[in-house]
This record gives sequence, structure tokens and C-alpha cells, in this order.
Amino acid sequence: MADKVLMKGNEAIAEAAIIAGCRHYFGYPITPQTEIAAYMAKRMPKIGGTFLQAESEIAAINMVYGVASTGLRVMTSSSSPGISLKSEGLSYLAGADLPSFIVNVQRGGPGLGGIQPSQSDYFQATKAGGHGDFRMIVLAPASVQEMAELTVHGFDLADKYRMTSMILADGTMGQMMEPVSLDFKIAEPVEKPWATTGTQMKREHNIVNSLFLSPDVLERTNFERFKKYDTVCENEVMYEEYMMDDAEICIAAFGIAARVSKNAIVEARKRGIKVGMIRPITLWPFPEKQFAAAAEKVRAFISVELSMGQMIEDIRLAVNGKAPVTLCNRVGGMIPSPDEVLDAIIKVSEGGNN
Amino acid sequence: MKRITLFAGHYGSGKTNIAVNYALQLRKALGRDKDILVADLDIVNPYFRTKDSCAVLQENGIKLICSEYANSNLDIPSLPSEMYAITDTPSYAVIDVGGDDRGALALGRLSAKIKAENNYENLMVINMFRPLTRTPDQTVEVMREIEAAGNIPFTALVNNSNLGPLTSADDILRSLEYAEKISRLTGLEVKMTSVDARLFESLQGKVEDLFSLTLQPKIF
Repeated sequence: MADKVLMKGNEAIAEAAIIAGCRHYFGYPITPQTEIAAYMAKRMPKIGGTFLQAESEIAAINMVYGVASTGLRVMTSSSSPGISLKSEGLSYLAGADLPSFIVNVQRGGPGLGGIQPSQSDYFQATKAGGHGDFRMIVLAPASVQEMAELTVHGFDLADKYRMTSMILADGTMGQMMEPVSLDFKIAEPVEKPWATTGTQMKREHNIVNSLFLSPDVLERTNFERFKKYDTVCENEVMYEEYMMDDAEICIAAFGIAARVSKNAIVEARKRGIKVGMIRPITLWPFPEKQFAAAAEKVRAFISVELSMGQMIEDIRLAVNGKAPVTLCNRVGGMIPSPDEVLDAIIKVSEGGNN
Repeated sequence: MKRITLFAGHYGSGKTNIAVNYALQLRKALGRDKDILVADLDIVNPYFRTKDSCAVLQENGIKLICSEYANSNLDIPSLPSEMYAITDTPSYAVIDVGGDDRGALALGRLSAKIKAENNYENLMVINMFRPLTRTPDQTVEVMREIEAAGNIPFTALVNNSNLGPLTSADDILRSLEYAEKISRLTGLEVKMTSVDARLFESLQGKVEDLFSLTLQPKIF
């Protein structure tokens, strides 16, 4: 284990970002993701990077916009209420087709809510990151190792598609400590001929902007952007299937809910209940084909979430009425126990609907 | 044995687990009739607190002093007035200092009295598998920052090098050289090497001053 270190999820994101070539971090502290900023504050000055604690979340996301315009790798991180503040900036980044990397280590809401873990920003991340028609790639890690790996992947995807990729983690993933290997393959740097790096009087000015004076040009830009999103849906879906080969019940869960669910599945299997899991790793693009295929084989789905039921809507759309989809959830900073998930599995296996 | 034992170090080095286990060990060594308290002085990290262990401390007649907001939804850097019991009562005291220099700042409020009484041991908890304390030099740098913030010099080291549940006996053996180097750089002895209870037997006889840790169960 010589090459491994013991890291908090938040630290793993920060170190992986540095390895991915990010030298610009802008943020504003908020629990439970403050370790990302604290780690950057210690590391960035030692490697010639910039750590800046902005005066607000809104300032930080606009600093991201500025650095992204120059084509350099840049990030910010926050937790739920802070991401709401950043949402205007996320829309501007999308409107200007800028690559950026954003982290949301979710806490209980709505409002100021609480500092304990939650997954209730699923809608916000996958459907309503800000005003206007746009998408973000949303990555949902379920271990500290994945926090690191998906950070590197997130930077690569952002550059490849000129869009925002977001890590959607929760307080537990941010705070828990696990051994991590930081041995990553970094993708070849993407050419960024659009970046505002100075013309040297040798070319026309590049313009980075989300304002379009002519409606038909704005319409065309939107249509083209959504063609790009189609390519992302085609090529970038990530998921894990767990014990699905003979499964009659399929659990859907991501992040910490998936870890709890795995324990419950092992217990249910000991009782002879054939249950498996599809764990979406990309929440957008959502693994809808995988759920549609599973709907041909299993007789019921259970969505395990730390929310009032948000991902369940995407599962129902993918399953398209072929099997019932029920919810097993805790909210407000509480995590379902493996026993609670097991109870939900037993109920469904005995034919109940809830 | 000193009346006050402090555990400080880089955050995530394992101070809280060691402090709780050390207090339970102290109860065994001192018998039932001595007063023992555990004080959690962490004003930075709202998670993974001594409060997680309040039931086992209570069973063993050990008083726990910590922020009344620990493990709640309120993220506020506060300590209860009860913390003055550390210096103002004759109880044996085990102190869980917050991580890094920022976490050790609260200790500064008590440092003058602790040093005047001069019946304390201040232990630096080290873990070579943490990313910012991988080398002896980095660790000594963090150690000096903590000393400056807490205003109490360290008196010894606790080698708590670990990779969580994946730690092997070999990892511990490899960490001995790291701890020894820090000892030479600072002139402080390694008071103990703490390991997960599951590794204790396989390392007994191979590592001096081995200390067994009972960790909290994991549910995911």
C-alpha cells in the first residue's frame, strides 16, 4: 500500500484537481466542504497556483468565468446554499460555452437547512442549475477514491465539451476518510483556440460572451449546444451494476445511499431475495437505457435517496410504466440505515407497493 | 502519570479516537474512585467528535466536556464554560485538541494555567499516510504551527500512522522509521504507537509501547 494516502473526500477532490492541472481555486467557506478550500490554501502557494477566498459565492463563480475564458483549468466548490448563489454564474458559463469544474458537497435543505449530509440538490444539478436552456455533466462519487477519479475525469469532460462538469457529493462523502491512490492518467490537453489569451496582433480578437443581439443567432447557438449535449448523452454515461444478473428487484441509488444499499442487498440475498442495484455515476447524462433494459427483467424498482424523491422521477421516465418504482428515503441530514433499506426490499419482495 | 494529557496534531491524524481510548485505559489504571474527564476543544470540525463516544464514556464514569452543538446542525465555534474544569478541578483530564494550528487556537485560553501547574503531557499525534504530513519535515512544520497556536510545547509523540480499515501490520512497521526520524528532529520520545485492535496481536513484541485502539463500527 506504499502509494496510498489516507484522505478525506474533500481533500481527495482538492489534490486530484491539482494533479489534473488546476492552478486556480476561488471559493467561499461553507460546511461541509471547507476542507477543499483549506487544502487549496495550503497547497496552491507552494506550486505557483492561486487560492483566493472571494468576498462571496457570486464573486467566486465569476472569477471562475474569468479564468475559464483564458482556457486555464479552474474550479470552485461549495455546499447547497452556496451553489444556489452560484447558479447565475453557472448559467453564464453555459451561455458562453466555457469549461469549468464545480463541486457541490450537499447538506440538508431547503434554506440554510443544516450541515449534515443530503442529496436533495439532484433536481438543481441535473435540471435547473440556473436560468435558460442548459445542461451540466453531473458526477456522483460513492467513495473517496471516486471523489479523486471523477475530479480528474470532470476536468477532462469539461474541456472536451466546453461545458461545466459538477461533482455532486454529500457531507458524508466529503468528510469520510479512506485510502486513496493518486496515480491517474491525465488526458491530452485540449486545444482551446477560442480562449482570450492575447492576439499578439496576429489574429482577430476572441470574444467570450453570453449575450446575443440577434434572436435567430441565439436560437441557432442553442440548437447547436443541444446537439453537443446529445453527443454527451451518447458517449459519457457512467454507471455501476451490482448483482443485477438474476435480480428481480432493482435498487437505484447513488453516492452514500448506494453504499448503504450494498450492505442491505447482501443481507437480502442471505434471505433468498434476488435484489441488485444500478448505481448511476453520471446523474446527467442519466443511464436511462440501463434502467429501461432492467425494466424488461425486474418486477420492481426501489429508489434509495437522501431527498424527498428526486432521482425517482428520472427512473420512472426511463422505466416508462413497465414496473412500479417506490421510494426509500431519509431527509434533513439523516442517512437511511442498511436495516431500513432491507425493510423496504422485504416489503417490495412481499408484494407491497410502499 | 501526569494529571493532564493533551492530544494534538494534524486534522484527521486520529486524535479523537486516541483520546477516547486513552481515557478508557486511564479508568482501568486508576480504578473507579478517581475523577476523569475528557474535554473536546475542537472549534473547527463539526463532525467525528468525542460526542460520538458519549455512551461508552458515561458507562465508565468519565465526564465529557464538549460543545453543546457538536453533532447538531449548528456550525458554531463555541466551547462550554465547563471547560475551565480542566484547570480548576483536580480531575484527571484527557484533552482532544482540534486539528492543525487553527484547531489548537482554543487551547491558548488554558495554556498559561496548564504550564504554571506543570503536571501535563502534550502529545503530538502523527500519521505518515496523511497527505500533508507524509515526510518527517512536513510533520515537524505542522507541529511547530500547532505549538505556536496552542502555546504549549509538545512533550512526546504518538505514532498513529494508519490507512483506515486497510492498514496492514507492514504499514505500521514501515512507519516506525518515520516516527523515529521525527523523534530525532525534535528530541521528543515516541511515547506509543497506536494501532487498530485487530492488528494488536500480530504486532506485539515487534513494536515498543503498542497501544490498542477500539474504533467505532462502520455502517457504510
